[in-house]
Amino acid sequence: MSEAIYGLIAEFKDEHDLMSAAERVREQGYKRVDAFSPFPIHGLAETLGIDDHRVPLIVTFAALAGAAGGFLMQYWISVVDYPLNIGGRPDLSWPYFIPITFECMVLSAAFGAVLGMLGLNGLPQPHHPLFDAPNFDRASNDRFFICIESKDPKFEREQTEAFLKTLNAENVAEVSL
Amino acid sequence: MAAQPASVIDGPMIEGQQTYGTITEHIGDIPAKSPPAPWYFGAAFGFGLLGVMVLTIGSLLYNGIGIWGVNVPVGWGFDIINFVWWIGIGHAGTLISAILLLLRQQWRTSINRFAETMTLFAVMCAGLFPLLHTGRPWVAYWLVPYPNIMAVWPNFRSPLVWDVFAVTTYLTVSALFWYVGLIPDLATMRDRAKSKVKQVVTGMLAMGWRNSAAHWFRYETAYLLLAGLSTPLVISVHSIVSLDFAVSLMPGWHTTIFPPYFVAGAIYSGFAMVLTFMIPVRRWYKMENFVTMKHIDWMAKVMLATGLIVLYGYGMEAFMAWYSGSLWEELMFENRTTGRFGLSYWLLILCNGVIPQLLWLPRFRHHMGVLFFISLVINVGMWLERFVIVVTSLHHDFLPSSWGMYYPTIWDLGMFAGTIGFFTFMMFLFLRFLPMIAVFEMRDLWHKVKPDGHGDRHAPVPTGKS
Repeated sequence: MSEAIYGLIAEFKDEHDLMSAAERVREQGYKRVDAFSPFPIHGLAETLGIDDHRVPLIVTFAALAGAAGGFLMQYWISVVDYPLNIGGRPDLSWPYFIPITFECMVLSAAFGAVLGMLGLNGLPQPHHPLFDAPNFDRASNDRFFICIESKDPKFEREQTEAFLKTLNAENVAEVSL
Repeated sequence: MAAQPASVIDGPMIEGQQTYGTITEHIGDIPAKSPPAPWYFGAAFGFGLLGVMVLTIGSLLYNGIGIWGVNVPVGWGFDIINFVWWIGIGHAGTLISAILLLLRQQWRTSINRFAETMTLFAVMCAGLFPLLHTGRPWVAYWLVPYPNIMAVWPNFRSPLVWDVFAVTTYLTVSALFWYVGLIPDLATMRDRAKSKVKQVVTGMLAMGWRNSAAHWFRYETAYLLLAGLSTPLVISVHSIVSLDFAVSLMPGWHTTIFPPYFVAGAIYSGFAMVLTFMIPVRRWYKMENFVTMKHIDWMAKVMLATGLIVLYGYGMEAFMAWYSGSLWEELMFENRTTGRFGLSYWLLILCNGVIPQLLWLPRFRHHMGVLFFISLVINVGMWLERFVIVVTSLHHDFLPSSWGMYYPTIWDLGMFAGTIGFFTFMMFLFLRFLPMIAVFEMRDLWHKVKPDGHGDRHAPVPTGKS
């Protein structure tokens, strides 16, 4: 590549054009592709080969850690460090520990879900080259986009642009770095 | 709309000639415009009562909780009544956003942001009461287990400690859920902001969200998981609140029906409060195309159904008082219905049991004035329910020597009015600065329900509809 650019972006007027374009892009074998839409479209990520199931894993791990942490905290405090005789109940009166164990599990899992989602999405990210792409502010309103990154092994400046122009796009533009 | 399958949508959930652009413009640009005139009245009303709250809390901190009407034997008065009332109101938000999401009820989209915001502020109001009831709120952190030089730890066998965990978890998770739901809308506001200041503020809050397919994919997974976590959470919170009562041995409190009966009551009062606010706001902001009669009708039906569960709870309390054969339970019920606070019980039955039966008739469900009135009546009724539970059991327990009366003071009333002011004012600030309906979810809903059809041109894609 002679000039350094981030990639090429194609703009579509509705979700149907975007979906068929995404299928074509995938058929052509492009890997470093992303699509942009003002609402989640089911199947779009799968069509583009995005298949990341780490969020549920993080949440599962966080839930287990939260539950274990909550229970062990109560166990250590009530049995080891500060046993209290409450109406003659055993120190390890575990049914009484269930509510707090549960709340700790939910709290930890919720943080896992939010931080996991943000982290895997690379957010917060104050700036991104795409924000300078023409019309890209309408990706959060009523326009649909597909961007092929220049890092894609199949990316060829002219060929890729010609290909994007065959996709019923409203506009094809260059995204500078 | 005629082409839509009747099983999914049998009437319009979005009315009018819409495109994605008009939806964004109509809802997303509300914060960018100056508010309608009634907004100023609402905000001023809330701000005035907020002043009452500041004054009351100031006096309380200076003088101590002796200025309240609580004393032996009624040690739990307005503070706990209002705590339970507010936290119940919060429950509709989580129900609408989480449970209806899991049940794939698409009509939630028009009201979930509004209801979630109500949850946040209602839980804040609720939290104030036990915090101030400790008498020394500046050492409230003693409730949290932390290593300290006094070498003491909380007693984890007490439902009051469970409350601390349940309410703080509920507030935190509700805030996370609300904020995650806001991120794509904040990105919309960033992209449409005219001034530099707005761009920077919304840009920071949106955290660089760029609507990418990969982002949406993880986002939807996380959102669904949050909903799955919030669902048992919301049930656990009011169940734990009810255990504050049920774990004690007080006649009228010591019953197993309390957790489900409290949860149903919470949803009942929550929907009532959503309608109380939604009916005027919908008109002031001209949201009739997005919060349609269908939404209003369904909210009224949910209210009717949960109201019947609550009524069953009252019946079961009466039945068990008789069937248990326990002298104390029988006396408690007799005192509750015919004793010195008997009027509050019959008012409660009127407000929660009798008047809401009007909702059986579609004519009343579709009449804004009547529905608004019923929702107010239910708010009052649910407050009376907590009054009846807290006060009639405590003031008249086992021994005549420990019977007494409870009279709330002006400061009790001031604190209650003050939290209503705080809640109202915060809700009006929310209406002013954030989109009251989730814009991206409305676009998504439009994508699914609009006349040119979803899925007909990309048929093999799973649509998410059942």
